Amino acid sequence: MLERHRREISLVVAILAIGAVLAVVAPGFFAFANQRDLMLANMPVLIVALGMVLVILTGQIDISVGSQFAICSVATGVFARMGLPTPLAGAAACLVGALMGSVNGALVAWVRIPSIVVTLATMVALRDGLRWVTQGAWVQDLPPGFQWFGQSQASSELITAGCAAALAVGMNWGLRNLAAGRVVYATGSSPNAARLAGINPRLVVFAVFVVTGALTGFAAAFNAVRFLQIPSNLGIGRGGDSGGSRHDCRNAAGGTAAGRDRSGADVSGVQRVLGAGD
Amino acid sequence: MALLDATAITKSFAGVQALRGVSFELRSGEVHALLGENGAGKSTLIKVITGAEKADSGTLTVAGHVVPHHSPAAARALGIAAVYQQPALFPDLTVEENVGLALESGPAWRRIDWHARRRQARELLERSGAEIAPERTVSTLSMPEQQLVEIAKAIGARARILILDEPTASVTDREVERLFRVIGALRSEGAGIVYISHRLDEVAVIADRVTVLRDGQNVATRDMRDVDRDELVRLMVGREMQAIYPKREVPIGKTALEVKGLGCRAAGIRDITFEVRRGEILGIAGLVGSGRTELAETLFGLTPADEGAIGLQDDVMRTESPAAAIRKKMAYLPEDRRQHGVVMEMPVAANISLANLDAVSRNGLIDHAVERSLAIRYVERLRIKTPSVHAETGALSGGNQQKVAVARWLAINPEVLILDEPTQGVDIGSKREIHQIMVELAAQGMAIVMISSELAEILGMSDRVAVMHGGTMAGILSRAEATQEKILALALGHA
Repeated sequence: MLERHRREISLVVAILAIGAVLAVVAPGFFAFANQRDLMLANMPVLIVALGMVLVILTGQIDISVGSQFAICSVATGVFARMGLPTPLAGAAACLVGALMGSVNGALVAWVRIPSIVVTLATMVALRDGLRWVTQGAWVQDLPPGFQWFGQSQASSELITAGCAAALAVGMNWGLRNLAAGRVVYATGSSPNAARLAGINPRLVVFAVFVVTGALTGFAAAFNAVRFLQIPSNLGIGRGGDSGGSRHDCRNAAGGTAAGRDRSGADVSGVQRVLGAGD
Repeated sequence: MALLDATAITKSFAGVQALRGVSFELRSGEVHALLGENGAGKSTLIKVITGAEKADSGTLTVAGHVVPHHSPAAARALGIAAVYQQPALFPDLTVEENVGLALESGPAWRRIDWHARRRQARELLERSGAEIAPERTVSTLSMPEQQLVEIAKAIGARARILILDEPTASVTDREVERLFRVIGALRSEGAGIVYISHRLDEVAVIADRVTVLRDGQNVATRDMRDVDRDELVRLMVGREMQAIYPKREVPIGKTALEVKGLGCRAAGIRDITFEVRRGEILGIAGLVGSGRTELAETLFGLTPADEGAIGLQDDVMRTESPAAAIRKKMAYLPEDRRQHGVVMEMPVAANISLANLDAVSRNGLIDHAVERSLAIRYVERLRIKTPSVHAETGALSGGNQQKVAVARWLAINPEVLILDEPTQGVDIGSKREIHQIMVELAAQGMAIVMISSELAEILGMSDRVAVMHGGTMAGILSRAEATQEKILALALGHA
């Protein structure tokens, strides 16, 4: 049991250790309100992470999801302003995400560029492309009823959490019970053996990038409806390491100070996580 | 005095005895050819001499001193250098950097003297007979050029013992001539050269003495002028093997696989024609590098053919992917089980169903009960020793992993089964069982293509034997015609 779950146990130990430190240094972290806020604010991260699970299972990485997230957020707002009902605007954002994922996937699977290189490039290109187009302006004048799909805040919080939970459970179930899940595992464990078994490993890699893009669009739409206006840099700075501080991510991804956050909508900053900010 | 004296060396890998008390002596100023079939123990002996493998017993004496603890570093210090068929250079560094890395010593933070480095590289390349600019990147060099760089490194290391493993396998005649001049020069300087080759005519030209290995034993060491080619072949083959094979005669049915003029430039094979009938086992013999695995990969669509045709199930085609081959009920058990055969991290059951997910799922949803019963059926039928069908495949023994790989292919009900070295590296018990399974499958009407480097296995199991040489078919022998001598002669290109 120890041997079998070695990786999981090391994660649990690390989380418990952080919890212990927080219990001493910042006991406010465990307050119910803070926990609820954290959960809610990180639901989009969870949804993106589900896609990332697939990418990592095939032995790849996608560090451009932060930039994809920002674009999909803006896209949700833009589509809504064009008159699409909010759910349709969200669906359109998923399509936009899938499109960006397909660019990553095609470059990794068929042009054979390592995924860290491809997604580093698309991360920067998408991020700066967005800033160039929007000139940093937020999406405002959203139609009435955009926020929370027009629901009350309490019920929509439940919807958000429910959707994320359903996706997580569904993904776990699918990986175990769908032939497609088996194919993802086989591709990641041994692309050579998978190919000999009649699987097309490149198609699998392409597909998981597309799915991750679509899930990122979904997460961005869910996140966008929490606000009255949409900052054009939501999620930027979030790379493969979505649990860490955004500044660490940015440095790790080789970014510069040019992408500094001015949104005030920082949902993953260290201070917020510690429950000491705001 | 002997430069190198290896005495009574034994070595076994996972229960397989690779060397059984081999003795080998290399004198100063001689070229000593080392001959033997695939698996005779040449590579293992070389690895023991270069310190890449530790001998189980026996002693190694270099220039009169017994070497107590051998290692690659010790071998270098003793002046032992080896040049392999596949040179081990850093492809993205330049020639001078490769030479410098091998020869310069000192702390990692020392300053590099680029002028001295280039001068040294240029001088060594000249001595090795190579016309290569030191600033060229290694990946731009041809295989023979890379070998010359390796030889330059060996000269620079003042190697007294130089091992050349198949140095001429991919080399033109002109380059062979140049290589022989370099070898001659090194010999006259008093170095000892171990020369491994399958080209007997070259051995006759360059070697002073010859040692023949067979089944991990030294069967003869002779002066080259005292032996002729026929005797060498006879020494390599030896007497009939005693092993008993479960092969039995079964009715041969209609043609299951027909190959006409098949060629693939990328795989280096050309003009291959043969057929296999239902119930038949076709053995494919040949030396390492003769194109056997490449043929199998082309048949299975891993490296699609660019000429000729493959006839399968009343259809004439060039298989363009493994998925297409599987649809045509063709299965391929690869040589490299760990890399290609099974997915080590996946459970036995998932491995068995992997090529046949449609059969265990409905609308893309896996039916775990069906998958489990499929796995249990094959675990019982092939007598796979596993704690359960949910055990991780990587935890099983080599022979049982191989059976899992076989089970996966049986699960698609193949009509043509290609087995590449099906019993290599499996224990003797599993080997017998795999042979037994092959016979049963043939009796059920499957057409089997078996690639093997073991002549005894080829002769023991095959209805007909196809022999490959240099990327094409050198000949096809019936069971009655096939003898070790005939097969080896075809494989060596001497027929």
